[in-house]
Amino acid sequence: MSGHNESILREPLITGDNITYAKITDDILMPVENKPNKAWWIGFTFASLGALLWVVAVSYTFWNGIGAWGLNKTVGWAWDITGFVWWVGIGHAGTLISAVLLLFRQNWRNSINRSAEAMTIFAVICAATYVVSHMGRPWLAYWVLPLPNQFGSLWVNFNSPLVWDMFAISTYFSVSLLFWYTGLLPDIATIRDRAVGTRRKIYSIFSFGWSGSVKTWQRFEAVSLILAGISTPLVLSVHTIVSMDFATSVIPGWHTTIFPPYFVAGAIFSGFAMVLTLLLVARKVLGLENYITMFHIESMNKIIILTGSIVGVAYLTEFFIAWYSGSEYESYAFVNRSTGPYWWAYWMMMTCNVISPQLLWFKKIRLSIRATWILSIVVNIGMWFERFVIIVTSLHRDYIPSSWAMFYPTWVDISVFVGSIGLFFTLFLLFLRVLPSIAIAEVKLLLKSASEQAKMKQIKEGHENKEYVAEYIESLEKFDSVKQEDYAKI
Amino acid sequence: MSDIKYILGSFGDPDEMMHGIEKLQENNISIFDVYTPMPIHGIEAKLGIKRSRIDIAAFCFGITGTCCAFALIYFCAVIDWRVNIGGKPSFALPDFIPIMFELTVLFCAFGMVLTYYASTHLFPGRAPRVMDLRATDDRFVIAVDAKDNAAHTVIDGLLKDAGALEVKYNERKYISYE
Repeated sequence: MSGHNESILREPLITGDNITYAKITDDILMPVENKPNKAWWIGFTFASLGALLWVVAVSYTFWNGIGAWGLNKTVGWAWDITGFVWWVGIGHAGTLISAVLLLFRQNWRNSINRSAEAMTIFAVICAATYVVSHMGRPWLAYWVLPLPNQFGSLWVNFNSPLVWDMFAISTYFSVSLLFWYTGLLPDIATIRDRAVGTRRKIYSIFSFGWSGSVKTWQRFEAVSLILAGISTPLVLSVHTIVSMDFATSVIPGWHTTIFPPYFVAGAIFSGFAMVLTLLLVARKVLGLENYITMFHIESMNKIIILTGSIVGVAYLTEFFIAWYSGSEYESYAFVNRSTGPYWWAYWMMMTCNVISPQLLWFKKIRLSIRATWILSIVVNIGMWFERFVIIVTSLHRDYIPSSWAMFYPTWVDISVFVGSIGLFFTLFLLFLRVLPSIAIAEVKLLLKSASEQAKMKQIKEGHENKEYVAEYIESLEKFDSVKQEDYAKI
Repeated sequence: MSDIKYILGSFGDPDEMMHGIEKLQENNISIFDVYTPMPIHGIEAKLGIKRSRIDIAAFCFGITGTCCAFALIYFCAVIDWRVNIGGKPSFALPDFIPIMFELTVLFCAFGMVLTYYASTHLFPGRAPRVMDLRATDDRFVIAVDAKDNAAHTVIDGLLKDAGALEVKYNERKYISYE
């Protein structure tokens, strides 16, 4: 870590001067060690009201069965599976940031991985509740496990993607939780050693007795790397299997071989949008501008352009193949999708997912916090519509015209969905209060190599190429947390 | 002096701490352990700590998962109760692969992390064995066993020369026990 400096051409990952190890700890633990401010309470009040709505709506569904939803005999899967796929997709960005970017040695992940992983876990919780409540008899949810049937030894159908999905989602959830918690141990120990009284006792239990000795860290790093290595194919497999829930059926509009990569790209797309939605607010409210910099925001926006474009290509490919395959059922499904009774949902999806993210090619938009935040919400709306379009428009025109139908959500459908957003935000806001929202130890690693002050020192030492320095200073213009006058005299 | 159990050199900078380790080693002073708020790369080589073998454990757990998943599916779908699905073969290996993959990851992750917790003595509620409370915050602490290394003033001098901000003499091994 010592001895060699990072290239001056790379943008700093920590800005501000007089950042010390102690200041990093203080800044990140500020929301954990102090009473929450007004903004937090307002957010928490709304979120917990939403969560309450969710409890009511899910309980109502459990009591009355899924007849409480707007399903009919033609559209037997609607907002439930839409919500499920939406939430699972959102979860994917957390694993992508924590695992894939670790394998690619993208150090900028260090300051966003913790909250992104927390988001993954909460999103998967929201998704899992849809799975359980759509079963109709949730008290029999264990029937999805490979247990011998009490009427004989009939097992679950191992050829079914729904059974694969059960294995995939539960593995994904538990492995993500393990990865997240193991990464949290050193930071919980930091809180423990600064706290007193009961607080110390509580954090002591949860810190598992972490000491920070050489061997602990050595194994910790080995474990993190291997977990990243196995989580990378895991995250890809999860959305692949989710897409197979549709792709292995024979419904026109679902029976498509491009579903796995298309769903995975869409998942990362929506997940990064949700990370931005959360972090742009958290950064401001918690005063973390020095750690989550404009460079981080721009990098995430670039990933959104990439994955959004992949999704756009997938939409066009689907359309092309529907025509080129010569299958009249497939062609009809797509023509109906774009011009039939659900045309508005289709064009909503196209606008939000394909057209609007292209605005991020403009540097001005990519670097505007307000524009980024609005676009991140637009993307999430678009991705919800994508799932709705795939699911409902493929089903609503049945094989016999007499059974053609539309789907109208009931108040329960709407409340489960709105409530799940409330649940998600409640969990996220509680997380911000009790655990560090940035991985403290990982950010400390960057201080001596990738911080603005380290680079400033490098420049002042005068061994750097003048052109490179000029380029570096130019790249700092986008940072809202950098004082430009410091560079005027160099 | 005889009550002193550990001498701690508390550094504010990881590079100075590494320098401190070198200094102590040059003078044949054995280092008990080093406590840091973040991983220090290259410290294992300096302290002669062998490469972690947790990757081997991870592989073994993973392969166990693969085999368990295959055995489970093969038993259920091929041996115990064959379901005739359109006359297709019961032993449909491609269909087995997703679950085999998932259980490989599941066994590997849980097996490896639990091995890590066990080998590093981490479990919920374990009393933290901390020598310096700031070692999880902003200090990089070298601990030297005072009983094994008699020349306390030499150690003190070496640590301070290397840039230690503070040298502590602990009469108890771990200060975190109340």
